[in-house]
Amino acid sequence: MSRLIGYWGRLCALFIISIMLILIGFILFKGLPTLELSLFFGDTAPLAAMMGLQPVWEGIWPACVGTLTVVLCAVSLASVPGIASGIWLASAPDKPAQKVFGLAVDILAGIPSILMGLFGFSLILLLRGSFFPQANASLLLASFCLALLILPYIACATQNALSSLPKQLSVTGAALGMTQWQVTYRLLLPQAKSGIMSGLMLAIGRAAEDTAVIMLTGAVANAGLPGGLLQRFEALPFTIFYYSAQYQSQQELNMAFGAALVLLILTSIIFALLAAIVRGRNRSKFGPVKSLIKERIC
Amino acid sequence: MQSHKLTLKQNSWMQALLMTLVVTSGLLLFAVFCFLIWFSLPVFFTETTSVFSLKWQPEQGHFGILAMVFGTLSLAFISTSVAFIIALGLNSFCLLSRRRWLVALLRSLLRFMAAIPTVVYGLAALFLLLPLLRNGLQLGSGYSLFAAVCMLILLILPVICVMLDNITTPLWQQYALGAQALGFSPEQTYMQVILPHCRVNIGGAALLGFNRAIGDTMLPLMLAGNATQLPSGVFDAIRSLTAHIALVIATDQGGEAYNSLFASGILLLMCSACICLLSRYLMGRHRLEQPE
Repeated sequence: MSRLIGYWGRLCALFIISIMLILIGFILFKGLPTLELSLFFGDTAPLAAMMGLQPVWEGIWPACVGTLTVVLCAVSLASVPGIASGIWLASAPDKPAQKVFGLAVDILAGIPSILMGLFGFSLILLLRGSFFPQANASLLLASFCLALLILPYIACATQNALSSLPKQLSVTGAALGMTQWQVTYRLLLPQAKSGIMSGLMLAIGRAAEDTAVIMLTGAVANAGLPGGLLQRFEALPFTIFYYSAQYQSQQELNMAFGAALVLLILTSIIFALLAAIVRGRNRSKFGPVKSLIKERIC
Repeated sequence: MQSHKLTLKQNSWMQALLMTLVVTSGLLLFAVFCFLIWFSLPVFFTETTSVFSLKWQPEQGHFGILAMVFGTLSLAFISTSVAFIIALGLNSFCLLSRRRWLVALLRSLLRFMAAIPTVVYGLAALFLLLPLLRNGLQLGSGYSLFAAVCMLILLILPVICVMLDNITTPLWQQYALGAQALGFSPEQTYMQVILPHCRVNIGGAALLGFNRAIGDTMLPLMLAGNATQLPSGVFDAIRSLTAHIALVIATDQGGEAYNSLFASGILLLMCSACICLLSRYLMGRHRLEQPE
């Protein structure tokens, strides 16, 4: 009876590895031939398109820029409050206020991302109904909602990184006459740097891949380069979704596969950086190593 | 002396700044809950709309979302149970196999799978799995519960697997030698020592996978066909709650359709919060005594 689990395990491993090879191979097979300059810029001259002098119609360059912009905005909005919340959560994990806040962060880290989109959508409805009638879906709204989506991840990662440091570190700091801020800023944060960095990386990956939120809060198929914070924009995941559902020519389908390959490469780069950080942390001086995904899920 | 005062001042300023940031983010997160609840209140306190019925016919004024609830539940239940069984197999392979390089490969593959965007899964399934269902098995258009379940399994497998790995690896290091001395084979150790020991925590891991499965939007939206009906088999088209939200906003139906939107939102929120609390409780209970 228990011998079966050995066979089942081998079967599953074989199955998963072959399925993933087929899937990734398929994306590579379809995406690699399309990966050239015309995929990004269409018929427009690359330099002019990059400077934003001419609009790009049949290329994914605006989508790439849109994704980068929205992810940068979201991360810069979420990182400082997220890290601050993490520090506060780790400072006294047993007090009731921290417990309640930690619970809320936990729940929010797990809620479906489309609810953040729904939140953004209802925010527009509210703003339109009250004191800002021309409110509309925009880059700012999308990055705000994405920031809310990734804030719990950053807070969780920071809290985990700080609480895995040995207690002696902060006690020693206090005994040497350091103020609480000095202990946090000069002792704890440098030691927990790699943990916080990997949390940020996870958050960036999450923000880059998420489609549901930006779909409801401002991504459209044809917007050109992002014109401003209150304009609509294009994004890579939405481009993939849109063209895979409503392609009208082989060329549009190729764009979807090219965009998928670009997005896959982007997330693989983030993943590789993350792995490098975690490997670096294995050699760090203090504290046991917590595994990578444990922090992702909290 | 002066510098000491400065340091203290800096300390109090920085602590105040920290608290401000924390309070801001707390209020924002709280606002998300409040918004979703506030906007869904009319659903429960108006008599005219019957959101909780099976009929979705916006033209005739029927806005029932129960079919979507059922779609989400069947999707999540099937995919979680299959993924859980596969995850157990993978976990046993990670612990038992003597080919350590293969195990290392498998572990990094699983972590990589967690990083792959869901739209990429959806795209690959649209042009790889659906033609197979359409032409190979002659199943109409191929958009079905089955296609969505297949890809959802791949999506939640890394979540469950990595949690299982985190739970069982320390136990394995603790008990393997003793069990071997008592005459257990490695397979018996896994089945009869390790698994019974962490039954509750494994339940928590499966719940996390379930939470991920009900929350995913893109795969059901792209693959499940989005027909508002009760499925009679796995090859029927369904619509999940998440896909319903996306579709109603995208098609901009307005009016009473929005009520159903917020009703599905609040259902998802409640469901996800309950699962989150339960899995946190399960994972925290029996906190496995690990040797320091």
